[in-house]
Amino acid sequence: MHFEYLVEGGNFSKAGFPSSQVKKTLKQLNVDGSVIKRTVVALYEAEVNIVAHAYSGVILVAIDTEKIRITLTDEGPGIPDIKKAMEIGYSTATPAVREMGFGAGMGLSNMNSNADSLDITSEVGKGTKVEIINFFGK
Amino acid sequence: MKISEIVKMIGGSVVAGNKNSDIEFEMAFASDLMSDVLTVKTDNLLLLTGLVNIQAIRTAEMSDIACIIFVRNKKVTAEMIRIATESKITIIQSPFSMFKVSGLLYNTGIKPVF
Repeated sequence: MHFEYLVEGGNFSKAGFPSSQVKKTLKQLNVDGSVIKRTVVALYEAEVNIVAHAYSGVILVAIDTEKIRITLTDEGPGIPDIKKAMEIGYSTATPAVREMGFGAGMGLSNMNSNADSLDITSEVGKGTKVEIINFFGK
Repeated sequence: MKISEIVKMIGGSVVAGNKNSDIEFEMAFASDLMSDVLTVKTDNLLLLTGLVNIQAIRTAEMSDIACIIFVRNKKVTAEMIRIATESKITIIQSPFSMFKVSGLLYNTGIKPVF
């Protein structure tokens, strides 16, 4: 099962729609509630990051019998120091992002604690790729 | 504590969702920072917030939060009501401040997360 969603940078009014769709799909598939919550929280954090920092992004969702793999690829400024970005409290978010209730420097570490596997690669000036994998059996 | 009892206590009104819901709420979290809300693992949680926008609803949706209390009677948009209804989230508006709503709920035994 595959899904694809486009994400517009800067458009907070639409943020959360892909995460909402994924949640509905996982519910229909009778995936365990705690796995659904971890997955959609991680995805939503990643989605908000694209809206907050990038120009545009694509979310690819692949679901098989044992896991969900979500790949978020954006065109944006990239992350110069991923290790530093993972630190709680480190943020480069604009005041506009903070007004929306985000940008406190907690997103990446929260993604990490809600994903069985999290892989972030980034190229400064080009963009960032985030891969989240969660297993249904956990 | 049920929605109907909460509404009565905080002088609120239900603007979306089921006001006769049987869900018993035992814990609450009060924050305007959605990043913080997203780190809470507790289920069956009431969210108190003064941040009134679509992302507050989406945050509740992702976090399995079934009831949001918006304090200080801030305006809830039709789009927010639509998304909340779709996600079976009840929205209560209260004229009181976050501090007062927190105090009233705490007094009746609603517990904090941390």
